[in-house]
Amino acid sequence: MRNALKKFYIALIFLFLYAPIATLMVLSFNASKTRAKWGGFTFKWYAQLARNDDILRALGNTLLIALFSSVIATVIGTIACIAMNHMKKRTRTIMMGVTNIPMLNADIVTGISLMLLFISFGFRFGFGTILLSHITFNIPYVILSVMPRMKQLKPSIYEAALDLGASPVTAFFKVVFPDLMPGILSGFLMAFTMSLDDFIITHFTKGAGVDTLSTKIYTEVRKGIKPEMYALSTIIFAAVLVLLLLVNAAPEKKDKNRHPV
Amino acid sequence: MSKELIHLNSISKSFDGQMVLDELNLTIHENEFVTLLGPSGCGKTTTLRILGGFATPDTGSVIFDGQDITKLPPNLRPLNTVFQKYALFTHMNIAENIAFGLKIKKKSREYIADKIRYALKLVNLEGYENRMPDSLSGGQQQRIAIARAIVNEPRVLLLDEPLGALDLKLRQEMQYELIRMKNELGITFVYVTHDQEEALTMSDTIVVMNQGYIQQIGSPESIYNEPENAFVADFIGDSNIISATMIEDKLVSILGARFACVDTGFGHNKPVDVVIRPEDVELVSPAEGTLQGVVSHLIFKGVHYEMEVNAGGFEWLVHSTALHPVGENVGIRVDPYNIQIMNKPESEDEEAVAIDI
Amino acid sequence: MTSKRKWLSAPYTLWSVVFIIIPLCMIFYYGLTDKTGAFTLENIAAIATAEHAKALRLSILLSLISTLICFLLAYPLAMILANMKVSQHSFIILIFILPMWMNFLLRTLAWQTLLEKSGVINNILTFLHLPNINIINTPYAIILGMVYNFLPFMVLPLYNALSKIDENVINAARDLGADSIHTFFRITLPLSVPGIISGISMVFVPALTTFVISSLLGGSKILLIGNVIDQEFTQASNWHLGSGLSIVLMIFIILNMIASAVFDKEGEGSML
Repeated sequence: MRNALKKFYIALIFLFLYAPIATLMVLSFNASKTRAKWGGFTFKWYAQLARNDDILRALGNTLLIALFSSVIATVIGTIACIAMNHMKKRTRTIMMGVTNIPMLNADIVTGISLMLLFISFGFRFGFGTILLSHITFNIPYVILSVMPRMKQLKPSIYEAALDLGASPVTAFFKVVFPDLMPGILSGFLMAFTMSLDDFIITHFTKGAGVDTLSTKIYTEVRKGIKPEMYALSTIIFAAVLVLLLLVNAAPEKKDKNRHPV
Repeated sequence: MSKELIHLNSISKSFDGQMVLDELNLTIHENEFVTLLGPSGCGKTTTLRILGGFATPDTGSVIFDGQDITKLPPNLRPLNTVFQKYALFTHMNIAENIAFGLKIKKKSREYIADKIRYALKLVNLEGYENRMPDSLSGGQQQRIAIARAIVNEPRVLLLDEPLGALDLKLRQEMQYELIRMKNELGITFVYVTHDQEEALTMSDTIVVMNQGYIQQIGSPESIYNEPENAFVADFIGDSNIISATMIEDKLVSILGARFACVDTGFGHNKPVDVVIRPEDVELVSPAEGTLQGVVSHLIFKGVHYEMEVNAGGFEWLVHSTALHPVGENVGIRVDPYNIQIMNKPESEDEEAVAIDI
Repeated sequence: MTSKRKWLSAPYTLWSVVFIIIPLCMIFYYGLTDKTGAFTLENIAAIATAEHAKALRLSILLSLISTLICFLLAYPLAMILANMKVSQHSFIILIFILPMWMNFLLRTLAWQTLLEKSGVINNILTFLHLPNINIINTPYAIILGMVYNFLPFMVLPLYNALSKIDENVINAARDLGADSIHTFFRITLPLSVPGIISGISMVFVPALTTFVISSLLGGSKILLIGNVIDQEFTQASNWHLGSGLSIVLMIFIILNMIASAVFDKEGEGSML
């Protein structure tokens, strides 16, 4: 009885979280152009998507920005973690405090502040400003996933490698880096996801002419969303889902009490 | 023996299809210090959890003072537990930790304050009321965990490997402390450990467990001196366990040599196991010995020398204060009453004991 | 070696000064000056005008309500999940992050389809002979949108904090005589405070400052403080006023940061 109630509650929450997603998927097969009524099943939006250069350009921008920003953020963030690990406690606390600012600050404030920066220093708004902004809000996600693994790391591992004759660089890449890898990977994925899903910061830092999927959708809201957009989102979501199922189906390896994500 | 307090009545428990306890029967008496001893996975902790109410047996019942408490939730049981790794409430200070159970029972403020003072005195941590658990050492946290349990005046205190996380010196100190506390409180202790020395030092009764079965119940002396099977002999202290043949009453053939012993009733020419403790093996001149051999290893251990003697095709472990250098020819002699005869194990299970500590 | 390590921190230090610290200073600079560059407190005082104060009050009210709803929905869920003892923490976290791969704006817009007069939910309600709901373009729809979007940010820190509680600590409370209600209020709840604080700040700040959810689900008539600031920047181009109002918002954000710093020193309640 108690267990059934618990399962029912979980199911209810997941219905709540995933109902809109299911709705969008259904809409992508809706022959009628308006959201309001069902006009029969069709693949035509998927076909039209392939010819819609506007959406495809926005998709390209979104993916490129997500990829570049998460890779660069991962590199900078990981190096920062290594550096912070050896800092004095006070310096580290200050650095972590600064790291927390973009996490805890409101996106609108972060977006505005970056916009003011770019205006004041004469940056040309476009792909570059979006990329710089995304790197900025992505670095904290990397640091916050790598840092806990860094703390778990025993210095003796690194020292043992040195003792066995490895140079500091070799020791780092052969013994420390593999141990940090799960944290780095989850930080990267987190950053990629956040960049992909961001609207607010992009909204303030993009300027005219360049669009990501988010900003494109926002401008379309008043005119009505093109059903191709639903088709595209469905494809992206399905692709991610399949990828995740494949990863999860792969035999679980290594220790289970690794840091989550 | 004093009054019977707890009776575990053919308790079985399995997790994920794996049998952890199989038809376990155990009686615990009032004011007894009982230790459940065995390697990890032997079922000792599960037994304790069933006593505490944190696990429900699949079959069987727990009788406490004549009442069936099998289904009673832990908060209504007249027992208290000292948990492995202490399980102190980290968000409360020491006084609040100790007062927790008493506040729930709605005791008066003065009563609680009195009890806290008494408990802290008992565990030698007076003045620690306002400290936080995280600021205490492992040994101190352990004492607080005990104090927190005993202020509730349980009739039985369950202790789950309470000294496991402490270093050797502290562990030995705490063993004496625990005995003192038990005597002062006059209640029953049920103690779980995998450390045979701890069990021998503190217990009135030791219950040796392996793979869900009780192997032997007895006083420390009888468990040590008269192990009932090879598992107990091997698990408790060092010993020489040798395959032998019982020729007749009071005569056993070990590795081809005839030794006098005191056991009777094993039959004629019956295969048995014999257990001889290393300190009971006497090294004499070859002519005087029942069996002849050569010293193959020698280690100085402080209170005694530990030697290995190859005799009759068996490496005998010998503890002696007399030094016999490697290579010396020696004779082996054992007093009849120091030879413990055991039946061969009946099941495969019992023989294939894996001891991992 | 030490000098090399110092050099390692340079890229991030430089980055955070240029892209975190200086931009924040810019907001203060614009917020505290007028168009001629002279110092003024007018932009901050502007919050007191009827229109702005109303937007701020509504924002605070709606974000408080949605934070509370998120908390009430998430806590039981996090407890159930933490007790399931799933060996893969990452799997649970994944389920909550997965929806983010469907664009945030689209997900929120989908609620329009679900909530409309003749939308999916009302069709189901009609089928069950229940009264229809009509909340689209009302503050209720905005609350729903906030709860929907920010619920994962409440669940994950709570789940993390709760699954870190040693099972024996709960057992110890039971052992000492506490029933399940006592155990919950005296032990579980206090021990999950880092997660609660972190969850609240992860939900409250974005809910307080959103302008997207209100413009997607609230129609064009309901203005939150986020909408006002957005308009100052993107339509009115009055950066000074927009910055001044942002400074007011930052007061709430800073209070939030202080709370997290005090209650969550070890990062126990972190989302990841």
